[in-house]
Amino acid sequence: MLSPAAAPSAAIEILSAQKTYPDGTHALQSVDLRVEEGEFVTLLGPSGCGKSTLLKMIAGLLEPSDGRLLRWRKPVSLTHPSSDHRLAFVFQSPTLMPWASVQSNVRLPLDLAGVAREQADARVTQALQMVGLAGFATALPRTLSGGMQMRVSIARALVTEPQLLLMDEPFGALDEITRHNLDAELLGLWAAQKLTVVFVTHSIHEAVFLSTRVVMMAARPGRVVEEVCIEEPYPRSADFMVSPQFSRYAKRLQDSLARASAATPGRSRP
Amino acid sequence: MTERAPALLSQPRVQRVVYPALVAAVLIGAWQALVIGMELPPYLVPSPWLMLKTLITDWATLGAALLVTLQITVLAFVVATVAGVLISFLFVQNKLIETALFPYAVLLQVTPIVAVAPLIIIWVKNPMAAMVVCASLVALFPIIANTTLGLRSIDPDLQSYFRMNRATRWQTLVRLRIPSALPYFFGGLRISSGLALIGAVVAEFVAGTGGTGAGLAYQILQAGFRLNIPRMFAALLLISLTGVALFAAMAWLTRRVLGPWHASENSHD
Repeated sequence: MLSPAAAPSAAIEILSAQKTYPDGTHALQSVDLRVEEGEFVTLLGPSGCGKSTLLKMIAGLLEPSDGRLLRWRKPVSLTHPSSDHRLAFVFQSPTLMPWASVQSNVRLPLDLAGVAREQADARVTQALQMVGLAGFATALPRTLSGGMQMRVSIARALVTEPQLLLMDEPFGALDEITRHNLDAELLGLWAAQKLTVVFVTHSIHEAVFLSTRVVMMAARPGRVVEEVCIEEPYPRSADFMVSPQFSRYAKRLQDSLARASAATPGRSRP
Repeated sequence: MTERAPALLSQPRVQRVVYPALVAAVLIGAWQALVIGMELPPYLVPSPWLMLKTLITDWATLGAALLVTLQITVLAFVVATVAGVLISFLFVQNKLIETALFPYAVLLQVTPIVAVAPLIIIWVKNPMAAMVVCASLVALFPIIANTTLGLRSIDPDLQSYFRMNRATRWQTLVRLRIPSALPYFFGGLRISSGLALIGAVVAEFVAGTGGTGAGLAYQILQAGFRLNIPRMFAALLLISLTGVALFAAMAWLTRRVLGPWHASENSHD
């Protein structure tokens, strides 16, 4: 059990947060979780385990029915979801404005915040370089591949120079090869920008490859089953994915998920 | 020659012009042949050639009538567009307003304009204004329905994104709602442009001898009384052409504004 007495380096503290919908569905049982600054934490689990719910609560898009959430020791509030510019969210789909160029899409958070055009454009150029899309500033989203659109979405997240990056199954709709490339690039950006990342996925392999820590979740009712630290140094290469340690981690997560599914308490519905 | 022809005809762009033109040529040819072959009198069915000749000889009357009908149509279309957009904005501001008022928008739509037109013509003194009101009522509903739907059809994730970035109501409206609504709005414009013309014709029929404004529908009525069937056909042709021109203008406008990004504009290629 983690202590609620927070050290100054905690980026996120979740204290007995839970979510019950008005119809009685228990989307998420009480969760205690603490994410340190600079960590790469993955919420891993099958659909219905509440991982997206938890991420949306961290983002301030969803209010917990009970419990508290803190970001940098300040309560997350729904009315001012990101009262500081430390947070960026990447959705499962690229979520771009189809009528606007790549450049305008990436500039959106700066435009909304009222950053001067010249300064904003410089930061957009920089963000597009970071994701390898420097030559596509004037392209329209629909002319790009799914993987490239996702890069635009990541550039839009990075352009605000966030400290906390929340990603909701960002590469779930992409093919295996593209997904792996983007995973590797994401790790590069995470290290270079000193980001704290909370990443939602249903892929055990992706979770093991990326994370410093995997939070294993189970469904019906949604709950945290186990936390597993992946003690493998960065940078991680593709070789890691075929190593015995990798298989051990994957097996351990798989087993814990199987155990959790077998021992379903069945308290989700009245 | 035989080798190049199929290549040219396989292009959808060429097909879209050539095939309807072929149908037109065949139909007009058959019409002309039938009229001559069966010796049909012009007061029953005029030949296409006679219709064209009438159009030229009666151009002074018909051209002036065309201008009047066009004026009513365009004015009504503009009024319907402006009013429809304003009403849609009102609807999306507040669900309560929409719930309270939408049934009346439907009521307006389902009440036949022919039934209401005499009343409007009695109430509105200026016959031109009365006809514009009639035609606007006909053209209004598609704009309201489509624009309201469009203003509501926002990617929920994008909306969350705007919320997370603390976008103001105004920013969300200008940067998200309005651009998202444009394809729907233009769909509404396309339907309404045709309806405005129909409304204008109906209003002219009901207004009858409006005195000042004698539009194409009035010409058709008059030609009917005098059994001047060639002129009737010529006026009919002008109305149809006006409708086609309006539709083409809206299609062009839609392509101009949405062409580069909206999928519906590229789906037939």
